Amino acid sequence: MAGKTMLLNLFKSLNKPTSLSKYAGPCVAQFQNQPCTNRRRYSSQNRLVTMIPGDGIGPEISVAVKQIFSAAGVPIDWEDVDVTPVKGPDGLFRLPPKIFESMARTKVGLKGPLATPIGKGHQSLNLALRKAFSLYANVRPCKSIEGYETPYKNVDIVTIRENTEGEYSGIEHVIVDGVVQSIKLITENASMRVAEYAFKYARDNRRSTVTAVHKANIMRMSDGLFLKCCREVAAKNKDIKFSEMYLDTVCLNLVQDPGSFDVLVMPNLYGDILSDLCAGLIGGLGVTPSGNIGEEGALFESVHGTAPDIAGENKANPTALLLSAVMMLRYMELTSYADRIEDAAFSVIREGQHLTGDLGGNSTCSAFTDEICRKVQAS
Amino acid sequence: MATTLRTLCFGLAKNIASNSSKTPLACLGTRCFHQDHRSHQAAVAEPVSRPSGRHTATLVPGDGVGPELMGGVREVFKAAGAPVDFEEMFISEVSPNQSADLNTVVESFRRNRVGLKGILTTPTTFKGGVLQTLNMKIRRELDLFANVVCVRSLPGFQTRHNNLDFIIIREQTEGEYSALEHESVPGVIECLKIVTEENSMRIAKFAFDYAMRHNRKKVTAVHKANIMKLGDGLFMRCCEEVSKLYPKIEFETMIIDNCCMQLVSNPYQFDVMVMPNLYGNIVDNLAAGLVGGAGVVPGESYSASVAVFEQGARHAFAEAVGKDIANPTATLLSSCNMLRHMHLEHHARVIEDTVLKVVKGGKIRTKDMGGYSSTSAFIAEVIHCLP
Repeated sequence: MAGKTMLLNLFKSLNKPTSLSKYAGPCVAQFQNQPCTNRRRYSSQNRLVTMIPGDGIGPEISVAVKQIFSAAGVPIDWEDVDVTPVKGPDGLFRLPPKIFESMARTKVGLKGPLATPIGKGHQSLNLALRKAFSLYANVRPCKSIEGYETPYKNVDIVTIRENTEGEYSGIEHVIVDGVVQSIKLITENASMRVAEYAFKYARDNRRSTVTAVHKANIMRMSDGLFLKCCREVAAKNKDIKFSEMYLDTVCLNLVQDPGSFDVLVMPNLYGDILSDLCAGLIGGLGVTPSGNIGEEGALFESVHGTAPDIAGENKANPTALLLSAVMMLRYMELTSYADRIEDAAFSVIREGQHLTGDLGGNSTCSAFTDEICRKVQAS
Repeated sequence: MATTLRTLCFGLAKNIASNSSKTPLACLGTRCFHQDHRSHQAAVAEPVSRPSGRHTATLVPGDGVGPELMGGVREVFKAAGAPVDFEEMFISEVSPNQSADLNTVVESFRRNRVGLKGILTTPTTFKGGVLQTLNMKIRRELDLFANVVCVRSLPGFQTRHNNLDFIIIREQTEGEYSALEHESVPGVIECLKIVTEENSMRIAKFAFDYAMRHNRKKVTAVHKANIMKLGDGLFMRCCEEVSKLYPKIEFETMIIDNCCMQLVSNPYQFDVMVMPNLYGNIVDNLAAGLVGGAGVVPGESYSASVAVFEQGARHAFAEAVGKDIANPTATLLSSCNMLRHMHLEHHARVIEDTVLKVVKGGKIRTKDMGGYSSTSAFIAEVIHCLP
C-alpha cells in the first residue's frame, strides 16, 4: 500500500512542471511500453533535443540559437552534452558514453563545430555517431541569401549525399611498395536507401526534380549500380521528376547556371565535393546548414570550422547553426516555428544593419542574435 | 607500294630521332630539337613529295559536334596557310560500325607524335565484358599520362569571374579510372582506385617542370588525404618530395572539397594545380564553367613522346549535332596550341589572335556565349578577319 502511494507521488511529481518535465517528451511513452511515435504529439509537450555546443566559437553560437528558440517559444528543451574525450581504463581516449545515451533517448541532436585533434588517436565523433545511429544521408540545402551577395544568383539546391560507403569506406591497402589500392564500395541497400530518402525529401519539401549525379560512363559497375537503384526508386515515385547527369556536366553547369538545379542525390565523394561547392556558391560554410538523417535518429550541425582566432570575442556568425536548427525543426515537423525563425534570420541579413564580420558587417554575435529575437517576437 | 616504302622510311627516320632523346621526361625541353631534327631527316628521305615545311598530324574528329568543329579547323588552317596535313581517322564507341581500329589510330598518333582529337563519348550502358572505355584505351596505349588545361578568361567576354589565368594538370592513367571493378556478392560492388608512386612522381615532376617552363610561381596539389590516407596520402607525399627539388616554386596542398569551394568563391588564388584523375575531371569542368563553358577552354594531353590536343572540358555536345550551334573557340584555340607545339609559332599566333579578336568584337557569338550566330558564321568571321 505504502509502495503504491509512493509510486503515485512519484508519478504526480513527474507531471508537475519541474525541471524533470523536460524529459516528458515522446520517449517517456517508450518507458511505458507504448510505441514511440514521432508523428503525433501535443503542443504542450516539450521535446528534448541533444545539444553539442562544440569547440571554439561553438558555445557562443549555440547560446545564440537557444536564445532565438526561446524567443520564438519553440517547444523544445535542450540537453547539453560535453563530448570531450575521456580516458578509459585501458589508457585510450574515448568519447563519453553520455553522448550516445542522450542521443538514443532524444533521437535528435544539434551540433556545433568540433576541433578534430590530429593524431590524438580517439575515434572521430562524426564517424562514431554516424555508425551508432546509421546516419546514412547528409542533406545540405544551399539557398542564395538576400543581402549577402555572391557572383551567383538564384541558387536553390539541395545536395543529398550517401554517407556510409563509397570512396570513404576506408578500405585501403598497400599491395606492393609504391602501389596503393583504395576500394570504393557501392551496395544496393545503401543506394536504394539514399535514393528513397531523396524522393521523400523532395516530396516533403515540395521540390519538383531529383537529379542523380554519377560517373557511370567510367565506373560502369559501381556507379552503374547506384544509377540503377535511383532509376528503380524513380519509377515508384512518378510525382517527382527524375533526371540523371554526369558528375563533370554537373560541375560545369553548376557554376554557369546554378538556378537550373533542384535536388541532387549522389554517392559519398561526389556529395562531399558538390555540397562544399554549392556552399561556395552562396557564400561559404558560414551560412550553409547541414543535416544527417538516419534510421535511428538525426543529427543537425554546422559544418564550418571552430574559428579559434575569434572564439570568445563575440564576433562569430551563428547563421549556419541556426539554419541547421531550422532544418531540425522541419524534421521534427515544427514547421511554423521553423518558418518564423528562418524568415526573421533572413530579414535581418537582408536589412544588413546587424551583420557579423564575415557577412560584411561590423556587428557582434549577440547584437545579430538580439535583432533576430526581436523579429521573431514581432512576427 | 611507294606509299608503304615512304611510311617505312619516315618511321625509320623518326625512330632514330626518338632514340636520340635522353629521358622521356625531358620531352618538354627537347621537343624543339626533336622536331627540327625530324623534319630535316624527313626532307632528306623524300625531297620531292614532302617539302620540308609540311607537317602531318593525326585528326580524330570524335563524336557529337566534333566532325563539324574539325571541319572548321581545317577551313581556318587552309585560309591561314598553316602547313599541316591531317591524317583523319574516325573512331567511336557509340557508333562502332563506322569506327576505325584502335591500333590504327594509336599507330597514327605514335607516328605523327602530334594530333588533334575530338571528344569520344562513352555509352553509360554496360553489358558486361571489357570495363575499359575507348578513351582509357587510347590513353593507356599512348601512355598519355598528363592532361593540361589552361583556364584563361577570354578578353571581352564577361563571366562571373574575369582575368582568370591558371593551369590544371591531371594524372589520367590510373586513380579512380582504373577500370577495375567487381561484384563481390550480388548487390555489393567494389571499385578499385589505384595510386602508384611511379605515376604520382611522374605527374608531380611534370607539374613542376611545367611551372618552371611557363614562369609560374606556385603549384597546388589537390587531394583527399584526410580520408584516403594511403592512396591520396601517397600522391601528396610524392608531390611534396618533388617540390623540394624546385625551391623557386611555392608549393601548397589543398583538400578537394575546399578546393572546389575556393574555386567558385576566389579562383584568383590558383596558379598551377596538380591532382589525381577523378579530381582533375571535376576541377577541369568546374574551372571551364568559370570562364565560359566547355566551348571555350582548350586542353592537351602528353605522354613522353606524343601530344594530343583536345577540348579542356570533354563534352561531345551530341544534342547539337547538325544544328550548327556549337562553339568552335575551344577547338580552334587547342589547334593553335598544336601549331605552337609543332613550332609553327607564326601561324599559331595569327589564328589565335584572330579568334580572340572575333570573340572580343562580340558581334559573332554562338549561343553558349549569349549570341545568336552559328558555328559556320563564327568560322567564316575568323577566316574573314585573318590578316
